[in-house]
Amino acid sequence: MSKQFDVIGKRFPRKDAPAKATGQAQFVDDMVFPDMLWGAILQSPHAHARVLNVDTSKAQALPGVKAVITAKDVPGTKYGVSPARYDETVFAIDKVRYVGDEIAAVAAVDLETALEAVSLIEVEYEPLPALLTPQEALAEGAPWIHDEFPGNIGGEVHQEFGDVEKALAQCDIIRTDTFQSKRQDGGAIEPHAAIAVYDLDGRLTLHSATQVPHYVQRTLAMVTGLPISKVRVIKPYVGGGFGPKSEATPLDLCSSFLAMATGRPVKMLYTREQVFLHGRARHGYFHEMTLGVKKDGTLLALKNRCVMDGGAYSSFGIATVYYAGSLLGAPYKLPNMKYDGVRVYTNKPACGAQRGHGGVHARALFEQQLDLIAEELGMDPVELRLKNIMETGDVTCNDLAMSSLGMKECIEAVRDGSSWKNKRGKLPPGKGIGMASGFFVSGAGYPIYRSETYHSTVNLKVQEDGGGVEVLTAAAEIGQGAETMVATITAEALGVNYNDVHVQSGSTDFGVDLGAYSSRTTLMTGHAAKLAAEDAKQQILAELAAELEIDVSRLDIKRGEVIISGEPVDITPIRTMYIKEHRGWNNMPEGDNLTFREASRLAFLRKGSITGSGAYKPPPLGGKFKGAAVGTSPAYGCSAQVVEVTVDMETGQVFVDKVTDAHDCGQAINLTQVEGQMEGSVSMGLGEGLFEQVKFDAEGRVENPSLGDYRIPTIMDIPNIQSLVIESGEPNGPFGAKEVGEGGIMPTIPALLNAVRNAVGVQVSELPLIPENMLLGIQALKKK
Amino acid sequence: MSKHQITLMVNGLERELLVEPNRTLTQVLREDLRLTGTKHGCGIGDCGCCTVLMDGQAVNSCLLLAFEAVGHEITTIEGLADGNRLHPLQDSFIELGAIQCGFCSPGMILSSKALLANNPSPTEEEIRMGLSGNLCRCTGYQKIVEAVHDAAQKMKGASS
Repeated sequence: MSKQFDVIGKRFPRKDAPAKATGQAQFVDDMVFPDMLWGAILQSPHAHARVLNVDTSKAQALPGVKAVITAKDVPGTKYGVSPARYDETVFAIDKVRYVGDEIAAVAAVDLETALEAVSLIEVEYEPLPALLTPQEALAEGAPWIHDEFPGNIGGEVHQEFGDVEKALAQCDIIRTDTFQSKRQDGGAIEPHAAIAVYDLDGRLTLHSATQVPHYVQRTLAMVTGLPISKVRVIKPYVGGGFGPKSEATPLDLCSSFLAMATGRPVKMLYTREQVFLHGRARHGYFHEMTLGVKKDGTLLALKNRCVMDGGAYSSFGIATVYYAGSLLGAPYKLPNMKYDGVRVYTNKPACGAQRGHGGVHARALFEQQLDLIAEELGMDPVELRLKNIMETGDVTCNDLAMSSLGMKECIEAVRDGSSWKNKRGKLPPGKGIGMASGFFVSGAGYPIYRSETYHSTVNLKVQEDGGGVEVLTAAAEIGQGAETMVATITAEALGVNYNDVHVQSGSTDFGVDLGAYSSRTTLMTGHAAKLAAEDAKQQILAELAAELEIDVSRLDIKRGEVIISGEPVDITPIRTMYIKEHRGWNNMPEGDNLTFREASRLAFLRKGSITGSGAYKPPPLGGKFKGAAVGTSPAYGCSAQVVEVTVDMETGQVFVDKVTDAHDCGQAINLTQVEGQMEGSVSMGLGEGLFEQVKFDAEGRVENPSLGDYRIPTIMDIPNIQSLVIESGEPNGPFGAKEVGEGGIMPTIPALLNAVRNAVGVQVSELPLIPENMLLGIQALKKK
Repeated sequence: MSKHQITLMVNGLERELLVEPNRTLTQVLREDLRLTGTKHGCGIGDCGCCTVLMDGQAVNSCLLLAFEAVGHEITTIEGLADGNRLHPLQDSFIELGAIQCGFCSPGMILSSKALLANNPSPTEEEIRMGLSGNLCRCTGYQKIVEAVHDAAQKMKGASS
């Protein structure tokens, strides 16, 4: 890149790493409060049942129990993620809708007593037919899981851009394929947790393992009825999110009500099993796609039909059902696209957002179709993609504007980085190489609730004693490096050293930040941080200019020093003043230039505290059609991956040998962290492709609610990943930066599936890639 | 359940404790000794984030009763650094980006310590084998492997 940065694009260690390497970093479960109680939740053993009676008398009578609450004790206010689909209540009213639905909660002096009390609550159920698949839920005459949603349809989208039927009539090759993925789990190593504290001023403070303090704060205020000024949400360090921690949980709500009922702090944790019951992770998707191309390889039209198994509540699903269509508009030029999607309520835990929200499995099928069509055309899959690639400045048929797009550079980087040309078609039987591309939003263009709100605010204070900067942001550090990003951008924009910036994050007291979802933090919080730093810098320079009696345009701060252009200026009086203030101290400023320490001290002496503030929201984005907001973003990240596999022809087992990954993040804020997001994305994608699947028994109970039975990748499963960082320079991003955290997963599953097909010829239409299915596919091919 | 007095040797200190016999080592370390660097992720030995060292060997502290640790030397993540001087593994994990959310990091670092104690120059395959009981959802493991390799080099340099 031509731009020269002092702090950005380097490999500074993360701000939080020393605390995390030594065990000092505090997560919710590490916190205790004086006089703290423990809470536990009674959850439904039935997937679908009427609740006829709840008798809490025995639980109330148990010594050590301080409160028992049921639907009768809390407001019946409906809440959820999107105001368009508020369909949850704190406790089930009249009816439970999945195994795990909440019926009551208890606070007691210790966890054992709380659990015993829960076991003493007697509930009378009248079981109802459980609808465990979209097919059952959509069947004629099926009972409605929610009275307000006839036919169990929780969300439905019908969109057409261009004229698909007319375009298909002009195509030389048309193929239709289907794909079924299974429900997955976020697999964050830290289970959800919450501690609520209700103080004598009537203020509720919730410490929560959440990705979205802002939305949790709003949900708590709405459901408890407390003024929002009396609700504070603090997110300590969070042990991974990946989507399932991006909404208010039953732990958040129950601990708050129990704290308000008892006047004592209440701690509540999910067991690993309860994490699976809570769900809110990736939906199971069925896609049917019809793709039409001209014989020269030009993509003309795509028909995409999707059925999503939603579970008992909407969670993020109303957005997901849009994303499963809108995120196919790029990165290829595709003039005609039709989408029909439906999200179906079923009697299982709700699905929600997970890394790559809505787009991952749509792309898994679409990118397989590109390979299949390339084969029919006798084209190299890389060439077919390059022929149709979008470039910077292109706009998709559904009005997504690619303000920067290094897609071509990504494809070329993985092609060359993997030695594609030496391998494709030249590998021995059982070995294969495949590729795929993808793109993702760099932050949702609009908040989840309709509002003109800023998406991120950042406030910083220059320390009065000079030299340091304290940044306050409500952004959610969940492991992705939000604090490190904010520190880096602040240091660069202010002209100080990385080590002189200290970041506090994650409290709603620090400002507004919509949270860690839709891969938004670097672009949006980063923008606000940059503005706050520039604000403070201008104030410091203005005071300095006045003191020196020169024009402020001659002044700048870089690498912790004041740069004065033009004729020499006598800085001695300022330095002398600083040294006089620090008689007896060591380490006094020296050299020809004034230091930031002296400049910021001077600014304080002249003006008082120097605080800078920044606020960011995207400009109005997208088209005018229904649902146009979903998929809009100020910028789009993109990536390409090449996956190399070995398939054991005797057992059907798939081994991933190598992954070559290129991602266009606009501008790396911290190279190590960009690579970390890329490698984490690939790992999660491979897990989902190879073996992850939440299974249910005939009663709607999760069969594998543990990290032993629900297998996420171990260190033995993930190969070396070659990460190639592409920097296209995003005009709408701070210092040119855009996303990497979620977009990085987009190509992984289809690249894996394309590699498998290249190895053994089996087209995979169902995830995960379990060896039995692979073997059946291989044997079926042999018989042909 | 009645409590019994036991003495645990944790991070070089003798700790006298009154403990119910059914409590796990994870619980006693976290709740009684407030050594919360040992994390609780699953409680059944799947995730490895409760890993501590018992006589130098990596063990899942959630699968051990506190009573079973009597007479053994326990090292938790809090016992790894020498004052403000971090262990080379901690330095390498920090410098090379092997930490993201940090929830698995204490267990990962302690498993690495056990590995390097037995095998000061592990191959990549041996590093992966040594850490195969510790799950990480964030990193894809690559930078963890690199950090362990880096620390091994540093430690060899220091001892020679």
